[in-house]
Amino acid sequence: MSITQSGTPMARPPASAGPSASVIGPKRRKVGREKPNYLAGVLSAIWLVLVVVPLYFMISSSFRTRQDYLRDNPLKLPSSPTFENYQSVFTGGFGRYFLNNIIVTVGTVAIVVALVVPAAYAVARNPSPMVQRGFSLMLVGLAVPAQAVIIPVYLLINQMQLYDTLLAIILPTAAFALPVAMLVMTNSLRDIPNELYEAQTLDGAGALQTLRNLVLPLAKPAITTVTVFTAMSAWNGFLFPLVLTQSAEQRTLTLGLQTFSSQFGTNVPGLLAAITLSLLPIFFVYLFGRRYLLGGLTAGFGK
Amino acid sequence: MAPVLTFFGVFAVLPMVLVVYLSFTDWDGFGFPSLSGGGNWSRALQDPEVGRSLVLTLVFMVLGWVVQTPIAMMIGVWAAGRQRNRAVLSSIFFLPVLLSTAAIALLWSAVLDGNFGLTQQLPFLDRFSFLGDQSLVIYTVAWVLTWQYVPFHTLLYQSAARGIPVSIYEAATIDGAGRYKQFFRITLPLLRYTLITSTVLMLVGSVTTFDTILLLTNGGPGTSTRIAPLYMYITGFGAFEFGYASAIAVILLVLGAGLSLAVTRLTGFRKMSSQQEGS
Repeated sequence: MSITQSGTPMARPPASAGPSASVIGPKRRKVGREKPNYLAGVLSAIWLVLVVVPLYFMISSSFRTRQDYLRDNPLKLPSSPTFENYQSVFTGGFGRYFLNNIIVTVGTVAIVVALVVPAAYAVARNPSPMVQRGFSLMLVGLAVPAQAVIIPVYLLINQMQLYDTLLAIILPTAAFALPVAMLVMTNSLRDIPNELYEAQTLDGAGALQTLRNLVLPLAKPAITTVTVFTAMSAWNGFLFPLVLTQSAEQRTLTLGLQTFSSQFGTNVPGLLAAITLSLLPIFFVYLFGRRYLLGGLTAGFGK
Repeated sequence: MAPVLTFFGVFAVLPMVLVVYLSFTDWDGFGFPSLSGGGNWSRALQDPEVGRSLVLTLVFMVLGWVVQTPIAMMIGVWAAGRQRNRAVLSSIFFLPVLLSTAAIALLWSAVLDGNFGLTQQLPFLDRFSFLGDQSLVIYTVAWVLTWQYVPFHTLLYQSAARGIPVSIYEAATIDGAGRYKQFFRITLPLLRYTLITSTVLMLVGSVTTFDTILLLTNGGPGTSTRIAPLYMYITGFGAFEFGYASAIAVILLVLGAGLSLAVTRLTGFRKMSSQQEGS
């Protein structure tokens, strides 16, 4: 460092500051960022194209007739936009699949939240080795891949006479969402200060009352995270519906997409309309609650 | 605690035990399976398709890690900046995370279709048969998996990079460290736990990812993308040889659990996660 630079850095713009030299005090970080980062700019532009073009293709082609799909330039807007693909998707039974998806998602979330809140409360407040060992066992579950145990799950569901019911999808989906949900919920309940629990005890509240008055209100963000995480994995689940159901009445959206593509392989615009429709509910959640959605997705890992 | 453990035990722990039992049976999907000796295991050891599909699984694992990690890390660090244009762009970057595996695989099979796909209408790209060329299809699948999973890992890196105190960068700037030096000396070392988390998730995930390949290529052309989980699925739910499929499943289970254990042991990840749990 030269003599001329030895004054207080606050008093004077650093020598390396670019065009806007008004970088004083807390804004000083900008010094390193003055030059545009061309490498990052180019790379993110490439990534942007790679993400957007397939999605644009999906949406624009879903408004083309089948003839136009074969004729048109896929990157141009549809020459004669049509809703017929969306109509055909609904006459093809997608309303039923939508309803099934909603039932599966709501059912799975209800089971997970109902099980996890009291269990995490026990782990956070009850130091008994049994409870803590049970918690460790659940964390091992983080490493158990559903695919590797799908055959015994199929056997169990058969033995329970649940094959080809929505419950057959709900139960395993909930079970495999439990480890992450437990991790998130337990971490959040451990953050509640001891004093608050003691105050509840002093007021003569029992465990259930404490749960209702103290734990539930404070655990709201964690419950949101768990709900989003579970709902996403249930809404988008593919393996359990594929293996544990077979009839059209029990079909979920992802399976509906698969059947659509294998039955009407030539009707690509119809398939793209179906994919677009299956995405819409999640897209609306993304629009209005991006923070919650993204936080829920990386639940337990995003620290 | 008891209801959770019962529930989890029935649908996650019991199946882990059952799959080992099933690998010693000839269960064909009907009735209750009874033991039939180690036939499946001696068959699995001699079946060249098991070895081949496992090698292919490892190829996808390595390819996925090598391609996805740098992209996810760069975009994540970039998206961690608070600039307005970055916030808007990264909300677009994350879009693939909203689509289901089935939707992504089917969308890309339409995009890459050899006759009427998007790529057939574009200059240069139209000369490739992305899904029909045996030597190319592995990279095609790796690309679709990249498109699908990079946004998730980007999210991990973004939230970790946002946690790095600005003052460290300020100090480095005063010391004259440039942007790239700052990245390699500050950002990268401080993201190492995220790197480990992301790596574990990628490795364990790629041991069992098969739905994308099932819908995109169905293991083809020929058997050139038939990874071990898909081979297991086809053997079990396609040919009803559930006993033999269970033997392959046990190999996958051991491979997946072993990998995550190895990575976490080698890197001290356990220490970190127990810090997170606050115990």
